[in-house]
Amino acid sequence: MSESLYQEIILDHYKRPVGRGLREPFDAEAHHVNPTCGDELTVRVRVSGDTIEDVSYDGQGCSISQASASVLHELVSGHSVADALSTSDAFSELMHGRGRVVPDEDVLGDGIAFAGVAKYPARVKCALLGWMAFKDALGRIGTLELLKESS
Amino acid sequence: MMAGTFDVDLVRKDFPILDRRLAGDRPLVYLDSANTSQKPRLVLDAVDAHYSWHNANVARAVHQLGEEATAAYESARAKVASFVGASSPAEIVFTKNASEALNLVANSLASGLAADPRYRLGPGDEVVITEMEHHSNIVPWQLACQRTGATLRWFGLTDEGRLDVSNLDSLINPRTKIVSLVHQSNILGTVNPVAALVARAREVGALIMVDASQSVPHQPVSVAGPPVAAAPAAPDDTSGSAAGPPVAAAPAARDDTSGSAAGLGVDLMAFTGHKMCGPTGIGVLWGRPEVLDGLPPFLGGGEMIETVTMEGSTYAEPPHKFEAGTPPIAQAVGLGAAVDYLSGIGMANVHAHEVALTAYALERLRAVEGLAFIGPDVPVDRGGTVSFTLDGIHPHDIGQVLDEQGIAVRVGHHCARPVCVRYGIPATTRASFYLYTTNAEIDALADGLEQVRSFFG
Repeated sequence: MSESLYQEIILDHYKRPVGRGLREPFDAEAHHVNPTCGDELTVRVRVSGDTIEDVSYDGQGCSISQASASVLHELVSGHSVADALSTSDAFSELMHGRGRVVPDEDVLGDGIAFAGVAKYPARVKCALLGWMAFKDALGRIGTLELLKESS
Repeated sequence: MMAGTFDVDLVRKDFPILDRRLAGDRPLVYLDSANTSQKPRLVLDAVDAHYSWHNANVARAVHQLGEEATAAYESARAKVASFVGASSPAEIVFTKNASEALNLVANSLASGLAADPRYRLGPGDEVVITEMEHHSNIVPWQLACQRTGATLRWFGLTDEGRLDVSNLDSLINPRTKIVSLVHQSNILGTVNPVAALVARAREVGALIMVDASQSVPHQPVSVAGPPVAAAPAAPDDTSGSAAGPPVAAAPAARDDTSGSAAGLGVDLMAFTGHKMCGPTGIGVLWGRPEVLDGLPPFLGGGEMIETVTMEGSTYAEPPHKFEAGTPPIAQAVGLGAAVDYLSGIGMANVHAHEVALTAYALERLRAVEGLAFIGPDVPVDRGGTVSFTLDGIHPHDIGQVLDEQGIAVRVGHHCARPVCVRYGIPATTRASFYLYTTNAEIDALADGLEQVRSFFG
């Protein structure tokens, strides 16, 4: 029952999330909601040079959305912005693959456990909630950097 | 299934979809009827026969098929009128759904086009709704108030999931233009004390509308009876057309204080076909003749006019004034068949069955550890829609694990987000029943929830 969706890794991240809690300092934050179910996540990013020093997050929602945020923290904190974006793209591709994309464990780590979620269209949004907020926050830093440069 | 008796096993044979097996050859346990009901064979056949044999556009063709389609469409209107105790089919406006019916009234009032100031919203006017409305009875009024400068006010909720009417006299006051409230909440299951609000609305000269989307399918609802200034002296059994005695007498007797069957005494009522065994795409606005006369048109187009010139137009009489364009013809025919089906079974029987189911469900679910009801936890003045939370497990996860067992429930805020905010929760799991629901299905839900607990525990 539910095994293809609720992999042990997902339940582990849900019950024992990694890096949960909003931390200071941070460069930008984004708050995303899933209007159909009320899931919410706030994601903060702290960037130094081209390295993502920290991704912190908090929110409420189903196991998929919360576990996915935990995996996000694990996969991108301490990595370069470029690597983080390509990991994010790979996760997004996996989620939109309707179960036909074979995930690369070297890139996605625990994220491969979400492969089964792609077969449940109603849950794909849950899995992507934190990642979308992360990309949004990164985009805002871009804007801030531009503002700094022009001032 | 024959009139005069109620046997849920026989009822179930009328619904082909209930034979489905899924989730690895398990029987479907459909507990999402407040979302949409399943359809009996009679309705499916009526829609099929219409398209197969009688299809044509209505009210404009002179050929035989056109006359047959028009007769079928207008006959459906008459059936619906009789089903809710309207005095004439002309009081029944067909819309696309209940949302459109509610939007029709809000937009007509906000348009400012009415000759009679009773039907014009403006600055200083107040609109009163409740905190337990479906979004479809909140957002249209927010928009109408934004457009006109009117003020939106609302009744709050008690901790028990009831309407808090302690400030009735100040909330509904001489500035109130219209009161619009849900008859039975789609998330809490609460059946509201409409009569008290009607009485107050009459005192101050306000219009009053009910959203009956969740009540008309489940209990005898009648709009009959004059608008009265005092609370109606309600005869408590006006099941009228219903044949045969209620099956489960004990809880039913306790549930008859809502004034539901006695004639609501309201001015306008919205409901929808797909929640009452009918097709999607057809809703109903019932209105008192003088109110439908007074409201200006909502949508303009074909069939809603009397005469059109390039300089201006005059309009058809209600209900056609509100039915621009080709209407949902086959859907109306299907709804007429649904009304025949429900009348054959008897709405008092349907109601009694659901009251018994609800009492059983409350008792059975109460025993699930960590479960908390959102809404009344006693089978009094409430319908067969039961929302709950479970031990901090997110409703999405609950719904998913139940689905793996073939159990269909709804999870989320049920288009009534302010209710979730009121009770400090992000979402609920909701099981909702209908005439084909069995106690065994409620057992399956309770057992399924134990599995959910062990899975996420």
